[in-house]
Amino acid sequence: MRDMSPGIPALSVRGLTKRFGGLLAVADVCLDVAPGEIHAVIGPNGAGKSTLINLLSGDLRPTAGSIRINGTEVSGWSADRVARLGVGRSYQRNNIFPRFTAFENCRLAAQARLPSSMRFFRPAVSIRGPQEQAEHALQLAGLDRRADLPAQALSHGEKRLLEIAMTLATSPTLLLLDEPLAGTGAEEAAGIVALLKRLAAEHAIVLVEHDMDAVFSLADRITVMVDGIVVESGDPETVRNSAAVQEAYLGTGEADHEMGAFADAR
Amino acid sequence: MDFVTFLIQVLNSVQYGLLLFLLASGLTLIFGIMGVINLAHGSFYMLGAYLALSLTQYAGNLFLGIALGLPLAVLFGLVLEKLFIARLYHRDHLYQVLLTYGLILVFDELRSLIWGNDVHGVPVPKALDWSIPLTDTLSYPVYRLMISAICLAVAGAMYVLIQKTRFGMMIRAGVANREMTQSLGIDIGLVHGFVFALGVALAALAGMIAAPVSSVFPGMGGQILIISFVVVVIGGIGSIKGALAAALLIGFADTFGKVLAPQVSGMAVYLVMALVLLLRPAGLFGRTAA
Amino acid sequence: MGRLSPALLLPLLAVAALAAGPLVAGTFYVQLLTKIMILVVFAMSLDLLVGCAGLVSLGHAAYFGVAAYALAALSPQYEAANLWLTLPAAMAVSALAALVIGFLVLRTSGVYFIMATLAFAQMLYAFFAESGVIGGSDGVYIYSKPEALLPGGLKPFDLERTTDFYYVALAAMAGVYVLLRTILHSLFGRVLVGIRDNEQRMRSLGFQTFRYKLAAFVISGALAGLAGYLSAAQFGFVNPELLNWHRSGEVLMMVILGGMGSLYGAALGAFVLVLVEDVLGGLTTHWLLPMGIFIIAAVFLLPEGIAGLWRSGLGRRRRPAAPDPVEVATDAAAVEEAAADA
Repeated sequence: MRDMSPGIPALSVRGLTKRFGGLLAVADVCLDVAPGEIHAVIGPNGAGKSTLINLLSGDLRPTAGSIRINGTEVSGWSADRVARLGVGRSYQRNNIFPRFTAFENCRLAAQARLPSSMRFFRPAVSIRGPQEQAEHALQLAGLDRRADLPAQALSHGEKRLLEIAMTLATSPTLLLLDEPLAGTGAEEAAGIVALLKRLAAEHAIVLVEHDMDAVFSLADRITVMVDGIVVESGDPETVRNSAAVQEAYLGTGEADHEMGAFADAR
Repeated sequence: MDFVTFLIQVLNSVQYGLLLFLLASGLTLIFGIMGVINLAHGSFYMLGAYLALSLTQYAGNLFLGIALGLPLAVLFGLVLEKLFIARLYHRDHLYQVLLTYGLILVFDELRSLIWGNDVHGVPVPKALDWSIPLTDTLSYPVYRLMISAICLAVAGAMYVLIQKTRFGMMIRAGVANREMTQSLGIDIGLVHGFVFALGVALAALAGMIAAPVSSVFPGMGGQILIISFVVVVIGGIGSIKGALAAALLIGFADTFGKVLAPQVSGMAVYLVMALVLLLRPAGLFGRTAA
Repeated sequence: MGRLSPALLLPLLAVAALAAGPLVAGTFYVQLLTKIMILVVFAMSLDLLVGCAGLVSLGHAAYFGVAAYALAALSPQYEAANLWLTLPAAMAVSALAALVIGFLVLRTSGVYFIMATLAFAQMLYAFFAESGVIGGSDGVYIYSKPEALLPGGLKPFDLERTTDFYYVALAAMAGVYVLLRTILHSLFGRVLVGIRDNEQRMRSLGFQTFRYKLAAFVISGALAGLAGYLSAAQFGFVNPELLNWHRSGEVLMMVILGGMGSLYGAALGAFVLVLVEDVLGGLTTHWLLPMGIFIIAAVFLLPEGIAGLWRSGLGRRRRPAAPDPVEVATDAAAVEEAAADA
């Protein structure tokens, strides 16, 4: 279901570069993500994938380049400003509110979308909107039965789901997911993959992942990064068969196991 | 202001600044490496001064007094760290604030019980009790130059320690990333004990060498504590270089402030800090807090 | 529901007991309790920052002192000032100071923040002590307490009467408690607790955290001003020592000792600290020594503060159905319990 005018990409990146002193972490990256598309970013460790996500979310400022979200130029914007534009970002390491319950985590996230939280007197529980959005997000993520547990009491897989549920509670149009499957077992991973498939209908998703099975089953398009540069970008078949990608992975040596996954992934 | 007066103020600024550096460097290391907020730092300065008072009377000579007092200060710092500070690492900063505040009260009363509440003077060592004449009427005390020289020597020794030794490397690593340093298997307990003891010794040394110049009185700890904090904030936490730059900056601001605009000189230091915070919230040489 | 919530029970009991105060106690104790209740307002205002928003201010005495000075400045020399005009004015001055200082210090975080708050309070201390404004280091007297004169000549209470002042202080304390709890349960309150728990995530969700922190800082400053005003009115003397960093340290001790985030913890801390001071002060002139030892012991023996004792003792008999984040987020013990159930 495309709720965006077909011409405007959800995300459009040109010439994105990030330097840390002498280190060039991301160099001249270009990327397009259409509404409703799942776009995976893969590459060996140190490829600059997390830096890329941080640049897109506003957690880092680019050294050069342009980032357009739904047509609006956002490079140099702070993280909170980018988020308010309709971007939801999940973290590789659980970045939740540990002392709040799962429900409260999502409710707080949903509250971010209210025009203003500078309300001092009305009891927060009387404002239904964030509550309903939180319930909806938890339901989508399959966490509704665990809603009233303190977040730190959830299993690791459930925390990863909560990470995603929080971003959903803000009703984003663009999702930036940094290794949502990190540290999960097979069953939990399958649950997250199923969730992402459901989400693709109404969201554009940029997904950084190492799990090749998940990537190839989910992604509409894949971008491969090595040492900060885009080595290949296109649909899964093209990427799988690309000589440049094979060389890049073999070249780095350490990614043998990923290569194997490459070959095996459907 | 004529040149000679200006020169005198410059020398005073440098001397004050270098003394502040001794205090601020200890404070910044203790925070940068151990993550501990040490409110009791001013108390160590005060204890150093009172120790100098007693040991000089006993030994007859300030430098002998310092030679006896410094090892005591180091020992004291080690004991304090093991008994109290070490137990609070895993807890909120707030409890360190509370603990060190309690320590201030205890040290202050102990001082009152042992030495009383009067103001005391400590005699300048005979050998240094003369002045270099600058004009017919003005001269500069050699002892003050000695203070600056000692502080510079300590600064040099710290530079060597931190930049050129293995231990210094551990210290630098600890400031940059505490958890990583621990996971590398470095005995963090040892490092912490040493760093805290070093901080205590630096503060005590500052108190000892300043005693002949600033006299020894009950409120001296509190006064210098806050200025030391300002220096650390301006310089950047964990940065010795920053502590030196900021200390000199404050030394000049305070000294010239008192001479040029005494009504507002008390505020001068804080106005400088306000300016730095506006432009560089992490201090001149600090990293942004994680 | 039906939980023996300390947040409701304790203050109700306390107010009831205190209301009977002047009926049973002599003037000395009535005045002492008045002083303590004013300090409770001061401590609760700091708890909003420290316990609820996670902002440790070591310079809170500045806003207390500034309001006291405002009253001194606005009091004509031989007449009483009007309470209804001077109290809001004094609180506004404190709020303004908090706005300006907050704008500068909230650019920092962690230790920098703590040190910066301390330093700015020192700056104001230096200002009042050295510039000679309003009495300089000698201070200034307020000869007549402010009068509560309404248009039409009605005076609902007379601060010159000890009992009246007592009830005004009690009303102020109860009023501030209710106000702060209301704020904590509002949308704003939730944002503060979220900022305390994980500020970076709050920003990542889209909250402009700086604004909320600044608002908390200003509210906190204004309420500290209320305490400072009442304190100046009670003692009739204002000097720079009101802004001394030891006062900032003391009120911070009250908050930490009492148990952070619960508000009534701050009240407990204030009562205990003043009472301990009073008792020890009566025993020896060197009472700061056992006081310091008491504080050090409390650090190791009371990890949750005094309010934590209540929670681990009486409050745990029944479990809350859907714990309110303000309660849960400040009650590590309840969280562990719930986790053990999971």
